Amino acid sequence: MPLYYDDDQVMLADTARQFMAEEGAIAKQLRHWRDHVNQDGSVGCKDGFGHDLWKQFAEMGFTGMLVAEADGGLGMGHVEAGIVLEEIGRNLTPSPFLNSAVIAATALAQASDDLRGRYLPGLISGDSVFAVAVDEGAKHRPERIACTAEKSGNGFRLSGTKNFVVHGASADMIVVAARTSGADNDADGITLFAVPKDAAGISHDAVRLVDSSVAAHTRFDNVELDGDAVIGEVDGGREVLKKMLMAGRVGAAAEGVGVARGAMDMTVDYLKQRKQFGQLIGEFQALQHRAAHLYSEVEIARAVVIKAQQLLDAGADNADLMASVAKAKVAKAAGLAVKEGVQMHGGIGMTDEYDIGLYMKRDRALQEFLGDAYYHANRVAELSGY
Amino acid sequence: MSDLDGFRAETRTWLEANCPPEMREPVRDEADIYWGGRNASFKNDAQKAWFEACVAKGYTVPAWPTEYGGAGLTPPEAKVLREEMARIGARSPLSSFGIWMLGPALLHFGTEEQKLRFLNEIARGEIRWCQGYSEPGSGSDLVSLQTFGEDHGDHWLVNGQKIWTSYADKADWIFCLVRTDKNDKYRGISFLLFDMQTTGVSTKPILLISGNSPFCETFFDDVKVPKSYGEGIPAQVGEVNRGWDVAKYLLGHEREMISGADSSDRTAALGAVMKRHAGELDPILRAELAMFDVDALAYSAMGEKFLDEVKVGKAHPAQPNMMKYAGTELNKRRHELMMSVGGSRNLEWDSEETRGGKPSRDWLRTKANSIEGGTSEVMLNVIAKRILDLPGA
Repeated sequence: MPLYYDDDQVMLADTARQFMAEEGAIAKQLRHWRDHVNQDGSVGCKDGFGHDLWKQFAEMGFTGMLVAEADGGLGMGHVEAGIVLEEIGRNLTPSPFLNSAVIAATALAQASDDLRGRYLPGLISGDSVFAVAVDEGAKHRPERIACTAEKSGNGFRLSGTKNFVVHGASADMIVVAARTSGADNDADGITLFAVPKDAAGISHDAVRLVDSSVAAHTRFDNVELDGDAVIGEVDGGREVLKKMLMAGRVGAAAEGVGVARGAMDMTVDYLKQRKQFGQLIGEFQALQHRAAHLYSEVEIARAVVIKAQQLLDAGADNADLMASVAKAKVAKAAGLAVKEGVQMHGGIGMTDEYDIGLYMKRDRALQEFLGDAYYHANRVAELSGY
Repeated sequence: MSDLDGFRAETRTWLEANCPPEMREPVRDEADIYWGGRNASFKNDAQKAWFEACVAKGYTVPAWPTEYGGAGLTPPEAKVLREEMARIGARSPLSSFGIWMLGPALLHFGTEEQKLRFLNEIARGEIRWCQGYSEPGSGSDLVSLQTFGEDHGDHWLVNGQKIWTSYADKADWIFCLVRTDKNDKYRGISFLLFDMQTTGVSTKPILLISGNSPFCETFFDDVKVPKSYGEGIPAQVGEVNRGWDVAKYLLGHEREMISGADSSDRTAALGAVMKRHAGELDPILRAELAMFDVDALAYSAMGEKFLDEVKVGKAHPAQPNMMKYAGTELNKRRHELMMSVGGSRNLEWDSEETRGGKPSRDWLRTKANSIEGGTSEVMLNVIAKRILDLPGA
């Protein structure tokens, strides 16, 4: 398959770009919700995103992109989801798309008819928001899962604490990875659960992050779950988790490419406007070379993201490896884009008024999400046998 | 089964029957690379058999039309052939500046008669070509070149000097940028083809830091270049005085080549290969290898994307500059890391164990990657100007 978009994908990209530039624009969404004054006088909406926009995503057909046609979705792939994510990244649009429509949807695709019937219609219609609870510490370490789900009657009793649960407190359902047998570091013995928000014993400590998104430290205190909340096989959750993580990493990488391209475009435009010493600063070779190097890195990052998306859609053996390559490469390239962006904007790059700093903040959160460049470079080494 | 699947099956069978096992081993030294030409000799029977099978099938230049010695493969078919050759580790049957550089220029700018003659000679490995571009005073600023061809009616009288002419001492013919009008900088250069055995042509190898001499100085002392080699075969490619257009077009191809965009053997992780050599890796070195592999695997995806886009005309015309820049910088990093993994063993300059100091000589050779064919700095200038549209670049 060639590594460029086919005609349908080009059309989708045009549609997504136009939609996100209008409806998902920084002023209309990110700044609007960040600066929203609540009834109690506090600032910043509690969800970190707008539900109206999520409904619009549904009308556009975005929410059910990865849901099978048999389940009422569009049955598209990760290339298509990536197209939407890149535009989300470019506009810093806060939305539950990555966690709900990509990662949770990937988990639900492995779930029983009953679970799919219970949750997918709400996702497709934009009425439901899902979250994903994998991490337990401050760093992404999915190899180690200590949160436990003990057998209890016909179901399970879930206990433990999850971290970095993005918009967890706003979610109607949380996909939770928990240990049903074995020791904390065992590969086996993991089970995934679809945990409804109203289950007794769930509590959230919602915190606002540097990029104005809201994540939760989520505590499960003897939460009673029915046996039918299990996604996939009991003790066999690693496979489902692996699929979720691949989808999430490649998705986050696609969003990161959008962040990088948004920051780069804004910066290159600025080089063509700002004058110092009587000339446009874009005429200085010191800046030209850095901008050209940045362009090169971002292009390469974008190529490997499309490659990883295609491998994922094809179910290729090396999809996992290339997902890590993509996540690491994007972390480096987008990190460079936002750092060069702020530096080349000079003093105004440090002001809240200019958007370039918002790109830097979003990039930092995205880098951390599902593993940073160090985690994934190490994983590339391990998967390659060294 | 689609046509392409059928072609893949056919190709597999053909390769199985025609590519000798020895030709599926990695290239170990210079003699493993066959360059063709009047004075060429084969290292062994396997190399000869493989080369001849490919010539007969048109597979030395698979994508060229059959009348010019190619196999007339469509871009998807050519990709399948590359993939199938990579799968079994098949060596390239013929390495040639004629294939990589002159051929594309002739296909684009040549007359029908030029194509029929020169392309077939190239495809059959009969003539080995070298490229006369750089001069002592014209490196990055190539268009300032001074080698002059004076109009003498039926011939050009060429005087001047070229430098960095790859394998000029082994080449049969040269494609050479020669100033034919001193009054127009850009439109005063012709792209001339002539025989290196012509009276007045001499070459002198340049000893490099690697201890090898892949490049020469080439001198032209009253060299008579005939204006025509027969009906429809002028000595110049394109029009007289419009050789810069050909050169610019060709530089794109050269940059693709140096960038390694077409190399299919770069998908294996370097760290894995290095660990097999070194056993335990120092943790920080392992980390650097891992970071390198992230960049290298990502770049291989970029190479694939770039080639896919070139085929359908979707690539930015200046994108080869980006590929060249990123690819050569990466290759330098690769060899720095290989030197570090090898330790003192890789410092050996002529020992048998290192096959004559191959690691250190290769490492030193890579330092030219970001100089030849346009320096990294020039590539960045071009990206800034032509892709990012930055002012005054």
